[in-house]
Amino acid sequence: MRASIRPLIIPALALACFLGLASPALAGPQIQHWVAPTGARVHFVESRALPLVDIQVSFAAGTALDPADKAGLASMTQALLDAGAGNLDEQTIADRKADLGAQVRGGADNDRASLALRSLSSPVELDAAVELVATVLARPTFPAEILERERARAIAGLREALTKPGSLASRQFNAALYAGHPYGNNSSPESLAAISREDLADFHRRYYGANRAAVAIVGDIDRATAERIAVRLTEALPQTTAASPPPSPTPTRAQTFRIPHPSAQAHILVGQPGMAREDADYFALLVGNHVLGGGGFVSRLTREVREQRGFAYSIYSFLSPQQVAGPFQIGLQTRGSQADDALSVVRQTLDTFIAEGPTADELQAAKDNLINGFGLRLDSNAKLLDHVAMIGFYGLALDWLDTYPAHVEKVTVAAVRDAWQRRIRPDQLITVIAGGDGDRAPDAAATPSAAITDGAN
Amino acid sequence: MFRSPRLRSVLLGIAAATLAASPALANPFETTLANGMKLIVKEDRRAPSVVHMVWYNAGAMDEPDGVSGVAHVLEHMMFKGTREVGPGEFNKRVAAVGGRDNAFTGKDYTAYFQQVPPAHLPAMMALEADRMQNLVLTDDEFARELEVVKEERRLRTDDQPRALVYEQLMATAFQAHPYRRPVIGWMPDLEAMQPEDAREWYRRWYAPNNAWLVVVGDVDHQQVFRDAEQHYGAIPARALPERRISPEPAQRGPRSSEVRAPAELPYLAMAWQVPTLRDPANEREPYALQVLAAVLDGYDGARLTRRLVRDEQLAVSVGAGYDGSGRGPSLFYLDGVPAPGRTVDELQAALRAELQRVRDHGISAEELARVKTQAIASRVYKRDSLMGQAMEIGYLESAGLSWRDEDRLLEGLRAVTADEVQAVARRYFDDASLSIARLDPQPLGEQRPRSPFAPARH
Repeated sequence: MRASIRPLIIPALALACFLGLASPALAGPQIQHWVAPTGARVHFVESRALPLVDIQVSFAAGTALDPADKAGLASMTQALLDAGAGNLDEQTIADRKADLGAQVRGGADNDRASLALRSLSSPVELDAAVELVATVLARPTFPAEILERERARAIAGLREALTKPGSLASRQFNAALYAGHPYGNNSSPESLAAISREDLADFHRRYYGANRAAVAIVGDIDRATAERIAVRLTEALPQTTAASPPPSPTPTRAQTFRIPHPSAQAHILVGQPGMAREDADYFALLVGNHVLGGGGFVSRLTREVREQRGFAYSIYSFLSPQQVAGPFQIGLQTRGSQADDALSVVRQTLDTFIAEGPTADELQAAKDNLINGFGLRLDSNAKLLDHVAMIGFYGLALDWLDTYPAHVEKVTVAAVRDAWQRRIRPDQLITVIAGGDGDRAPDAAATPSAAITDGAN
Repeated sequence: MFRSPRLRSVLLGIAAATLAASPALANPFETTLANGMKLIVKEDRRAPSVVHMVWYNAGAMDEPDGVSGVAHVLEHMMFKGTREVGPGEFNKRVAAVGGRDNAFTGKDYTAYFQQVPPAHLPAMMALEADRMQNLVLTDDEFARELEVVKEERRLRTDDQPRALVYEQLMATAFQAHPYRRPVIGWMPDLEAMQPEDAREWYRRWYAPNNAWLVVVGDVDHQQVFRDAEQHYGAIPARALPERRISPEPAQRGPRSSEVRAPAELPYLAMAWQVPTLRDPANEREPYALQVLAAVLDGYDGARLTRRLVRDEQLAVSVGAGYDGSGRGPSLFYLDGVPAPGRTVDELQAALRAELQRVRDHGISAEELARVKTQAIASRVYKRDSLMGQAMEIGYLESAGLSWRDEDRLLEGLRAVTADEVQAVARRYFDDASLSIARLDPQPLGEQRPRSPFAPARH
C-alpha cells in the first residue's frame, strides 16, 4: 500500500520507552515464570483467542560483546544462524519455514541477540516449527561460503549507508556518546572483513548458552506444552558462564560534529547517555520525556519545532533504557539553510525544560496518556510478546506491568525537574549535524565547526 | 505499511478470508446512514481497545494538475482545528484518554484514525464528525504546515535516491492516468500551493456520502451504529463533483527513465502494465499474478533471492510485487540492487531470465502449495492486530471491493493452478508494456552544493 502518512517518524526503539503501561482498573497479563531444567528462564502468557503462538528466545549476546576490531560479529552470528543447521542447508531451512507457514525473525542490539517465531498453534505445525528453531539455535553450521556472501552484502550495505546523511549522523552520534565503551562500537568494512568462520562458531559457543537464554511465549497453548517447548528450544544448548555486564559509560563532554553531505536536509541529533533499564530515575525521566518529545503531537518539541515554526516533519526525543545507560536522543531533519535556527529552538526548548520542568498541566496530560493507554499497549499477542520478552531478558519483576501506573502516578513536577537537572547536562550534550549542503548558501558551507569528521567512524 | 514505496509483494489475497471457521454471526456488520455514509463494524473483544477510522474516497488520483499533493496537505490541515476545537486540540483530547491518532493519504483515499479505550469511542466520533464539516483553515496555519509537508517530501523522497527512482517509474509508466503523480506532490506544486486550494479540496470531497466508517475492537456493533447515527447522521449529504479520470492509453513500447543522486550502488526498477482485480468471483488472472509474485519473492528462499542473491551473487537484493487492487490500473514490479562490480544491465537480464524460466517451465507443485500455505497462515496472523484488520476493511472499500470479498479472495488464490501462473507469465511481460527506472549513483564528493534535488527534469 503506498500511502503518505502525516506524522512523526519515531525510531522503533523510542516506543520501547512507553510501552507497558498499567492502570489500576486493568491488571497486566498473567505472566507465568519458571526456570526450565535446562537453566533457561521462561515467561509465559496463555492467550487462547487466536490459533497462534509467538515465541522469542533471547541471549545476552548483543553487539556490546563484539571485539573492537571485529565489530559486527554479534550481528553476523545472529544473522547466520539459519544459514545451515544440523544436517539442514540454508534452502531447506527457508523452504521448511515457508511450508509450515511459520514466520521467523530476529536481530541483535547492544544487549541481546534474539530469534522470534510465529506459528499456527495446531500441533503438527507448531511442533515442526519449534523443532526447526531449536536446531537453528543450537546447531548452526556457519558455512564458510555463506559467510563470504553475507559479508560482501553487509559491506555493500554499509558503504551504501555511508552515503546517507541519516546513517552518517547516527554513527557519529553513537561513537561520540560511547567513546571507548562497547555501545560505541560501529562496524566498518575492515571490522567485517576481519570476522572468520571460527569467530562465529566461538561467539555462538560462548554466548548462546541454555542458562543464558530467556524464553518468552505468548499464545494458544497450555502450561505443560509451554514447558515442553522451552525445554525443546534450549536442551541442545551448552551451559556457559555469564559475561560481566558492560561498565557504565563515562560522561561525555559537550561537542558538535558537522558532517558535509549534499542532501537537502540536515539530520540533527542531540543527546548523551541516558538511563538504564533498572534506574532509580526511570519514571521521572520517562514521564518527563513524554512531555518533552516522547508524547508525539502533543509534546513540547513538536509544538515548538513543527507546529509553531514548520521546521521539521519528524521531531522527537527518546530514552532507550538498556543494560547500562542507553542513549537520550533528540532527532529532527530540516532543510540545510535553517539547520542552525532549528537547532537553536531545540536547545532552547531543552534548556527551558531542564530548568523549569513540566507544568502541572503537562505532567497531568502525560500521566493521563501513559496510564489510560494501558490496554492499548497490550492489545495483541505481538505487543504482549515484546513486553514479556523484555521483562524476561532484563530480569524485571513479574508485576512490572501491574505496578507501572502507580509508579507513573507518583511522579511529581519536582521529581521530573530534579531528575532531569541531575541526569541531562548541557555541558555533556553531543550534537551532530549531517548534510543539508544542497540547501545552503554557498558561503555558508564553510561555517566553522567544533569538529569535522568524515563520518567513517 | 505507511512508509514510502517499497516494491514488495503486495498480496491482496493473502489479506483475505478466515481460515478458522468464523463464528456463525455475520461479523463484520455493515449498514448505511441516510446521508450515504457506510458503517462497517468488526467486533473483536480480546482486549479493551478499539480502532476508529474514517476513510474518504478522495486521494492523490483525484487532484487536478497543478495542485499535486493537495489531498495530503489537506490531511495535515485537518488537525488544525474547527470552530469548536482549537488547533492541536484534537491530538490533545485523544492523548488525554490514552489514545493515539494519525492519518494517511494514498493514491485512492485519505483516512484518519484513533485507537482508544472503548468508552471513548463516541468522543472520537464527535471529533471526527466535527472536522468533517467545520474545519477552520487559516492562512497562517496553512503557511506553516506547508513547510512541514515540504520537509516531509525532502525526507521521504528528495534525499532518498531509491524513492526518487520509484517516483520516476510511476511518472514513466503512467502518462495520462493520475497515478503518474506522487502522492506527496511535486515540489514546484507544493511551492505554489495556496490556502484556497486546500479549502476547495475540503469543500469538494469531505462529505458523509464520500466517506466510510470502520470500527474494529471491543464494541457492540449495534451500539456503534447508534452512536454513529447520532454523530455522523446529521451531517447532510452533498452532491459530489464529477470525476474525470483519464484512463491510461495502451502503451506501445518500452519506456525508461534515469535518476542521478548520491549513492554507492545503482538500483533498477521495472514495471509492466497488468490487470487489476475488479470482479473477485469471476476473474482469474489477478490471482495468478499474485502467485507469480510470491513464487518469485514470497519468502527467504523464493526464486529471485535464491538464484540472484545467493547462487549467482549478482545482486545485493531483489524483489517482486504486484499491487493488484485499487481504483486505478496495476503494475507488476521487479526491482533490485546489483552487487558491487555487477551492472544494472546484468541484473536486468537476470530478472528477465527468471520470468522466462516461468514462461518456459512453469512452477512446481511445491512452490504453488507453499504460496497457498503462507497465504492461509498470514490470514490467521493478521487477526492479531486491530489496526491491521481495520486497515484491510477500509482498504478493500477504497479499491471498490468489500470485506464481503475476503473469503472469495482467499478462495481465488487457493484455486490458482500452475498452468494459470505460466499463462500470465507468458501473456503480460512483453516489452511493449514495460517501464524501467534506474539509479545512476553519483559520488558524494562530486555533487556541487545547491545542486537541485528536485525530482529530475520535469
